[in-house]
Amino acid sequence: MTVQQDADTRSPEQVIADVLADLPRHRGVVVDSPPGAGKSTLVVRAAAHIAATGEPLMIVAQTNEQVDDLVTRICDKHPRLTVGRLSAGGYVPPRRLLDLPGVTVGARVQDLGDPDIVIATADKWAWISGRVWPWAIVDEAYQMRSDKLLRIAGLFERALFVGDPGQLDPFSIVDGDRWSGLSWDPLQSAVSVLLRHNPDLPVHRLPVSWRLPASAAPVVSRAFYPFTGFRSGTGPDDRRLELATQGMGTVHDRALEEAARSGWALLELPNRHTVRTDGEAVQAVALLAARLLQRGAVAYSEQGERPVSADRIAVGAAHRDQVAAIRNAGLPPEITVDTANRLQGREYDVTIVLHPLSGRRDATAFHLESGRLCVLASRHRHACVVVARAGIAELLDAHPSAEPVQLGVPVKFPDGWEANQSVLEHLAAHRV
Amino acid sequence: MSLLTSLARLRALHEGVAQPIATVRHCHLSRRPMVFIPLKLSGEAAAPLAAMLGTDRDRPRLLVVTQPRNRDQRFAWAAELAGVLLPYVESFLADTETVERRNADPYERALDAPQLVVPNLGAVAFTRLLGRSTRFRRTDGPYPVPEEVPLLGRWLTYLGERASYPGSSLMPAATEELGRHWATGQSGLEDANLAALLHWITDGPTDDAEDPLIWPPAGPATDPGFDAEVLAPAIDSGSPERVTEALRTQLEPTWRLMWRAIDLLAGLPEGASVAQRWEQDRASFSGMAAAIAEGGPPQPRRDGAVAAAARLARMERAQAAYDVQRAYDDPLVMAEFRLTGEAFAGEVVETDPGHTEGEGRSRKLRPLVVVKTDDPVRLPAGTALGTPQRRGQGAELVSAAGGLVTVKITKGMGRGRTPAPGAVPEVGERVCYTSLTDDFQGSPALPESESTPWTHGGPPQEYVPNDDDAQEEWS
Repeated sequence: MTVQQDADTRSPEQVIADVLADLPRHRGVVVDSPPGAGKSTLVVRAAAHIAATGEPLMIVAQTNEQVDDLVTRICDKHPRLTVGRLSAGGYVPPRRLLDLPGVTVGARVQDLGDPDIVIATADKWAWISGRVWPWAIVDEAYQMRSDKLLRIAGLFERALFVGDPGQLDPFSIVDGDRWSGLSWDPLQSAVSVLLRHNPDLPVHRLPVSWRLPASAAPVVSRAFYPFTGFRSGTGPDDRRLELATQGMGTVHDRALEEAARSGWALLELPNRHTVRTDGEAVQAVALLAARLLQRGAVAYSEQGERPVSADRIAVGAAHRDQVAAIRNAGLPPEITVDTANRLQGREYDVTIVLHPLSGRRDATAFHLESGRLCVLASRHRHACVVVARAGIAELLDAHPSAEPVQLGVPVKFPDGWEANQSVLEHLAAHRV
Repeated sequence: MSLLTSLARLRALHEGVAQPIATVRHCHLSRRPMVFIPLKLSGEAAAPLAAMLGTDRDRPRLLVVTQPRNRDQRFAWAAELAGVLLPYVESFLADTETVERRNADPYERALDAPQLVVPNLGAVAFTRLLGRSTRFRRTDGPYPVPEEVPLLGRWLTYLGERASYPGSSLMPAATEELGRHWATGQSGLEDANLAALLHWITDGPTDDAEDPLIWPPAGPATDPGFDAEVLAPAIDSGSPERVTEALRTQLEPTWRLMWRAIDLLAGLPEGASVAQRWEQDRASFSGMAAAIAEGGPPQPRRDGAVAAAARLARMERAQAAYDVQRAYDDPLVMAEFRLTGEAFAGEVVETDPGHTEGEGRSRKLRPLVVVKTDDPVRLPAGTALGTPQRRGQGAELVSAAGGLVTVKITKGMGRGRTPAPGAVPEVGERVCYTSLTDDFQGSPALPESESTPWTHGGPPQEYVPNDDDAQEEWS
């Protein structure tokens, strides 16, 4: 694989131009994109670029939300393109999609007419056969399992793979050790398998995160992208978060003030081993969210001034039962509460995170997976407040990664243990 | 480990005896199981030392390699093993039933299938290795082996692989099955010791279980003290009888434990879905027998790209179905899901059996049931529900607040204007509803192996058997 070494100095425009120039020259092109680096913008640009040549294009995304988002964005930027949205039988398209001109929705390719672009989830594409597209764009390709790619790879001749290597790896409910080390391990991501069989494909990297503020980009870059760093597109003075009303001096208020000032805050609860749905931690998370709304936060950025309303706030946790417990704690329904898996690719002004290792007795591979923390720590444009029990550093020290080493498996960076330590060290300076 | 299992383990420690974590047996138990306890030579990956096996608890067969470093003796031992195992496996092939299939030809399914019970996961792994070291051997050419050895290898491989298939009972490991039904007060690692685990379940923990002189390890590795002080001198003496008797002392205690484990499991009533999973085992067994009869090649060492994806899809589906079926079969397993908010149980306090939706011809019977529950319900309105009390029915959550959950029955009500007697729960009945359902969509087709796409390395080379097949990279 030929990684563009000088990516640090290239502008995002140059990288996009390079990608588009590489498309006709290679069977596949891979673009790594750190959080908020304009991945969707690139997909839309590349889609329009390919559609302009007059050749049909298929787009593969991973979830229905991602597909709907892409359809909206493409129609927004390029109203003259016709888009066919393939969907499963039970899918109800959202209102905003039906109102768009040039969009058809159907369960079969024949129902769509002959649009410039056909777009669907990978799961839906797996049921399509009998036609080959000259071009494909695979979005969130690092979150796609390689067995899904195997099912759809026969549908296209050339493809652009776009994704974020730092996010969560695909997973399975069964033990896949029997395949580890095989170059086509079905549990690996689509990009890993693609590159192991086609090591000569060009890999580009988007160098600038437009989402993460100057306070977050270096932290996330250092912890989760140690060898392929990126920078923030905005300077330290371009973003500001202000709380309209005075606080009452409680820990929750002080945590919010610290986060508004520095972009990070760690609300530390007393050290204790707890069940997963730790009542106190859940309460703290809910209080933080409620106070943030009550205090009328206003976000100032290069996009102008806007109040941080409930729909601009997200709460993230590791497990589904934690999410359910937090939701039951009485948050306004407009606030997004979800697991790391489902927050992937989303963007908010302020995020409140229940630390995956909070209150735990052990640090399993699940909790140490670097992608989980990376997703949770990289969804915000302004500030991130982390709620955790004390003692995580000691817990990490007691549980060094002890996964068996498998032969033939490429070493993966970053190491989850190290990434957790790195983030924790940074948060320690913002402890309340 | 789930919350409920953790609690059971704490309670086991407190009371000094293992606690049940299942009310029914979740594995099939054959009427004629074959117990198989293999031992290997320490320091070697797949050098067999001995095996004790048989279907009769009073008459175990002991097979021994008296000079385990001699490869000819190893394959002679494999031939002996084949002489016991193959007749057992093949005895199930005679009686079959014809099964009709949609969109495919009918096939013959064995009425019963073999069941090879081994002590632990180590024995399963060793069985797989034994299969790998024998199935590629040739009966002619440079290093010929007895005729039945490659066939034994294919069956051992098949059984070993099937053991990692969720819910299969063709090759159960005693420690795993016991651990699924009882929680002890010791760690998971210690549970892998069959003697220790069994003592926890029957009379409470004992230090004897850790003493290799009282309870020798259940294999496949032997006790190092035995190796140095008994086995090595016996082998050096050149007396086959001495080696055989030495190994008998190591295997007999485990043999007794194995039958006790089987008796313990047999004491539990069988779960409702066990027969269905055993049917899949029988179908798989018949499929394997057919593949051998057709003269197919031995199983490859590694899965190709397409085969790996296909196997993963099958295993994931089996795992999901196994998890759901166990919860439906067993209130203690369902309790785990009640704790996480994915299920709730309670008493019916109100019903509206005649509730309908739609008008005219599309008018449908949709009875409403209100359940009073103390469980934390963390399911949003509109969630599809199933219930262990009425498996054919589907329901939908309408609302949940203040311990009262309203459920609408949406499937399995038939076409009548009023529900059939007993179809709708009565006031006062205890019911359980859960969001777990085992109606899974089939998985989409995979390409043929010959048309593996460029992203996965392109079409693989065709397999041509040759004399080097049995060579490992390191041998």
